[in-house]
Amino acid sequence: MDFALTDEQRMLEETLTRLVADQVTPEQRRAMLEAPAQGASPLWRTFAELGLLHMPFSEDVGGLGGDGTDVMIIMQALGRCLVPEAYLFGLVMPGQLLALCANPAQQERWLAPLLEGEHQLALAWQEHTARYDAFDILTQASQHDGQWQLNGRKDVVMNLGNAAATLVTAQLPNGKLGAFIVTANTQGVTSHTYRTMDNQPAGDLTLNSVTLPLENCLSEDAGDALAEVLALGRAALCAEAIGAMETACDQTLAYLKERKQFGLPLATFQSLQHRMVDMHLHLEQSRSMAILAATSLSLPADERDYKIAAAKAYCGESARFIAEQAIQLHGGMGMTEECYVAHYAKHLVMFDHYLGDSDYHLETVSEKLDAA
Amino acid sequence: MNLTFSPEEQAFREEVRRFLADALPSDIRERVRLGRHLRADDHIRWQNILSEQGWLAANWPVEHGGPGWGPVQRHIFDEECAAAHAPTVVPFGVNMVAPVIMKFGSVEQQQHYLPRILNNQDWWCQGYSEPGAGSDLAGLSTRAVLDGDHYIVNGQKTWTTLGQHANMMFCLVRTDPHAKKQAGISFLLIDMQTPGITVRPIITLDGAHEVNEVFLDNVRVPVENRVGEEGQGWTCAKFLLTHERTGIAGLGHAKQALRHLKSLASRMQHRGNPLLSLPSFRQRVVKAELELMALEVTNLRVIAAARDGGVPGAESSLLKVRGSELRQEISELTRRALGPAALPFFPEFLHGDASLDDEYAQGAAASAQYFNRRKLSIYGGANEIQKSIVAKTILGM
Repeated sequence: MDFALTDEQRMLEETLTRLVADQVTPEQRRAMLEAPAQGASPLWRTFAELGLLHMPFSEDVGGLGGDGTDVMIIMQALGRCLVPEAYLFGLVMPGQLLALCANPAQQERWLAPLLEGEHQLALAWQEHTARYDAFDILTQASQHDGQWQLNGRKDVVMNLGNAAATLVTAQLPNGKLGAFIVTANTQGVTSHTYRTMDNQPAGDLTLNSVTLPLENCLSEDAGDALAEVLALGRAALCAEAIGAMETACDQTLAYLKERKQFGLPLATFQSLQHRMVDMHLHLEQSRSMAILAATSLSLPADERDYKIAAAKAYCGESARFIAEQAIQLHGGMGMTEECYVAHYAKHLVMFDHYLGDSDYHLETVSEKLDAA
Repeated sequence: MNLTFSPEEQAFREEVRRFLADALPSDIRERVRLGRHLRADDHIRWQNILSEQGWLAANWPVEHGGPGWGPVQRHIFDEECAAAHAPTVVPFGVNMVAPVIMKFGSVEQQQHYLPRILNNQDWWCQGYSEPGAGSDLAGLSTRAVLDGDHYIVNGQKTWTTLGQHANMMFCLVRTDPHAKKQAGISFLLIDMQTPGITVRPIITLDGAHEVNEVFLDNVRVPVENRVGEEGQGWTCAKFLLTHERTGIAGLGHAKQALRHLKSLASRMQHRGNPLLSLPSFRQRVVKAELELMALEVTNLRVIAAARDGGVPGAESSLLKVRGSELRQEISELTRRALGPAALPFFPEFLHGDASLDDEYAQGAAASAQYFNRRKLSIYGGANEIQKSIVAKTILGM
């Protein structure tokens, strides 16, 4: 049992925390969000130089072999400043799926440049009809005349517009889950991009008789690999939410100490003190769950998925609580676009909609309750 | 980071488990399992067994006769004791007054009292709260006036847990009514046989005689029974409150109670199915399970910090608040799980030696325990006080 970071991990945390605090102030973040997407941003190139893009991948695919704790450190630091880079959705998740099931030629073509920061990818696993279920999907893929044909629609694909290619999951005739690599200019592919409520790039992808050469199939049985990638993504999202909860709590506490009403700082009112403590309790309990998630990634799939579902469900509810209290304790200011905490609140509420919400994950816990 | 126990720690857990399986008398285990109150003799029998094993004073350093365990081992020990339905060691002597005597007591006090605690010769109780001093403990008004080589003590203490069995009481008294309120307090060790002491039971809403009022009427206490200097009592009290609070979440008890709840809700039937499959009920059990998981990791974080030399400060307030809320929620669900069987109340069975049909015995304590567990968020500094501590010490409000 050990909660301490190694020297390398401490260094990673310090370096990254300093970097994003310096490069992603509220004004800089606004500018980054308004800038047209044209290849890698300066910050992304710095990430590449620091080795952050190699960190989460195993050494046999050219990565640095970072574990769940390393990913947690990075995501938490990104969450603290709401860094508008698709580290998880454009790098970690699609990259991990490639690392787990692509062949060497596919890895050479798509994974190696990803790690070098030369392009980003997207992972299209979600469909509205299946809600948060990654396996009960309608998109179909079948082989005809030595080619694959894909039909269907993938929804709310994160980072879709910035991706050099999208990894698409589809049901095969034998009932297994296939994974394919699809580029935007392929005939029959249409994409409709937008930003999410919390200002992240996303889009929908329609596949209308899309024909792909055989080498674009990553796997004809990607189910376990996808489950592993989703587990990693959920643990990483929990860590990111912890970072955002920390900042939301810090900003709210600072506001309570500075804002005066009835001639006194708000921080002197006991009902507000206790509310602030409740936020802190939610944060600390969620931090424990995020640690549990980060340290569960190498467990057997059943146990891993149970603990990570528990963590995601727990963090989802805490994140919403903290977001709502942050707005409430900022009063009218908390309702404004100008107030920075409002952006954290939006992210913390919408966090629950990424990779399965509390209801979805509570059901997973519930199904395994008797065995636990 | 990793959350796994080392092979040595796992071996220690096995050793504790084996010991409990062999040494815990089955009649005591059964009383604890069914939630029946223990008799004084049950406590003493079990504590003598622990003492013989050298495991009674889990918190003590080796030089005073403790086993020399660290925070991790103590945590494992507590967890296994709860899982085995072992009685909780009555904390007032071994866990509360003893550390104060070790830290602030004279050599004579240490030589006299510590071995007697270790041998279960003395049963200690706590004279802290007063009718007018609950959360505001430093507002206590029991007076001690020096008269030669004795203090004359007058006043009233309350919520004195198991005081009906105690022969010794550690007591906060006001020795200087003119000093600032914390500064005028001293820490006295009082023999309960001294003339002028009356113990009167308080029956709690679950029908139990667990707490008492203690009246002190011109009680003569030798000056050498004061621990530390005159006016240093608040320092002793604060030390006691911050000492070894890593077990404050009651994690072992929460785990055991949740296991019991799940098994009970799997046996109880609702329209031909186990109650545990009723969605509204199951949802609350799932939430409790999640809270337990979070609390366990938080508790381990605090334990690891203590192991690595940190002093658990306000984090123990967090553990206390969330731990008590969780245990109360589990006790609520356990009561609900029984359905109409939660209604009958059998005090002679719960508090005495009367027998009861097995049909009722298994669930007899659920409702009483639900009411009893309300104390968890009140004693040891009410949860609202804990939140004010966090606001002040962690958040700087």
